[in-house]
Parts: sequence; C-alpha cells; structure tokens
Amino acid sequence: MKISEVANVLGAQILCCGENAGKEVCSACGSDMMSDVLAYVKNQAVLLTGLVNPQVIRTAEMMDMVCIVFVRSKEPTADMIKLAEQAGIVVMRSEHRMYEACGLLYSNGLNGKTI
Amino acid sequence: MSEQNECLTYSFNVDGDNFTSAGEASVQVKRILRRIGFDPETIKRVSIAMYEGEINMVIHAGGGVAELFVYEDKIVMKLTDHGPGIADVSLAMQEGFSTAPDNIRSLGFGAGMGLPNMKRYTDEMVIDTKLGEGTTITMTVNV
Repeated sequence: MKISEVANVLGAQILCCGENAGKEVCSACGSDMMSDVLAYVKNQAVLLTGLVNPQVIRTAEMMDMVCIVFVRSKEPTADMIKLAEQAGIVVMRSEHRMYEACGLLYSNGLNGKTI
Repeated sequence: MSEQNECLTYSFNVDGDNFTSAGEASVQVKRILRRIGFDPETIKRVSIAMYEGEINMVIHAGGGVAELFVYEDKIVMKLTDHGPGIADVSLAMQEGFSTAPDNIRSLGFGAGMGLPNMKRYTDEMVIDTKLGEGTTITMTVNV
C-alpha cells in the first residue's frame, strides 16, 4: 500500500513530506508507548499514535519508519513537523480513534506483521 | 571529532533538563554512521541503543555525556552520568521494571524496557554504577 492510500483509507490530512507519499509500506503498528515501539517493533513502516511530543518523531526516525499517523485529530506541534521534515517522515492526522484507524488499515491489507 | 588509533571519536552533551531535546545525540549519531557508510541494520541497532540510553540519562540522571567510538570492526557507545546510580542492576535489567515517574510514562516512556532494549540491540553491554556517584554504560555493536 502506498502512503497516499493510507491517507485515503483514513481520510487523513497529510501535514508534511507529502512528496514521499508515493512510497510503499507493508506493515504498521499502533501504540502510545514509545518504549514498546522501540522494544517490540520490527520493520514496521507506519506508526499510529495518539501521543504528541517530539519523541514520537525521534522514535520513528530511530526505527526507520517512514510515516506517522496521529489519530483522534491530534495536532503535532510546529517543532515536531520540523523534525519530521528533517527526517523525511510523512506525517498525517486522522479523525479516527486508534482502534478504528488500525482496523481500517488492517482490513485494507496493511497488516502488522510479526513483532 | 578526533581521529586516533584508527578510531573516530565523537562526544555529545546530553541535556538533563530538557526532555524535548532528548534524542538529539542519537539523531546525530545515526547521520554520522550513515555518512560513513555502515549498513542500515547496524545503524539501526546503534541508534536505538543510543537513543534508549540518552532517554534514560535524561529521565533518571539529569543528563550526562554520550561518546561514540567508531572502529573498523565495531562501534562502541559510552554513556556517562553523575546521577543517583542504579541500586539493583539485575532488577533494572528485568523487562517491565521501572522507577520512572508517572509524568514520564505520560510522555510514552518509563515502561521498564530501556536497559533490556539496550542489551537486546547490542553485542555487549557493561554497566558500571555506584550509588550516589553515577553510572557508566558501555555498549558495543560488532560490525
């Protein structure tokens, strides 16, 4: 699935790095605990979270993730967007809650793969 | 940066008063290793271990110094702080054990995964700690 399709499925608004939305992603994970993302996630390209602080962007960058979806209409700060732009990470915002957003992506073919 | 005995050395100050800036050193390390040309998996392992260590230094020790030593066959990270020290290292190494306050958990950390994760992503990890004086953690990733 392309990142642009992730945005379509979630009805999400892309906030930065839209030029990278043509990248293919094949897995995703949803978590508000960055500790768990760092500990258990392997080769997941998309991070869905309701947590808003700069460490979300840094965690994604450390994990080589290429897309972050903020659920529940959470609004990342300007500093976070700047960090994401520096890392080339596509950031988007969706009105869906975490459970719904994960379910929509999963049912459209984006599974979680092995953690 | 200095070059001696075929080893590239880098040093970063980790600000203990600013959780927002935590991870800046790890981002720089990742870019340095990418520029040198290490393979992505090695870079990822070093970056994650360094990042967890940096977060720990900010949460528990009021910051410190992170050093990176890049050899041809290995990458060594040395994290030094002058915090309270670790009372029980074997307990601290257990997944899920954490002394982090609730405000840190609300920021997405403090799940008791830091030290175990640092060990998981590196080939060797040595913890030298003394109560009331501080902690030095040395991690090695073989290339």
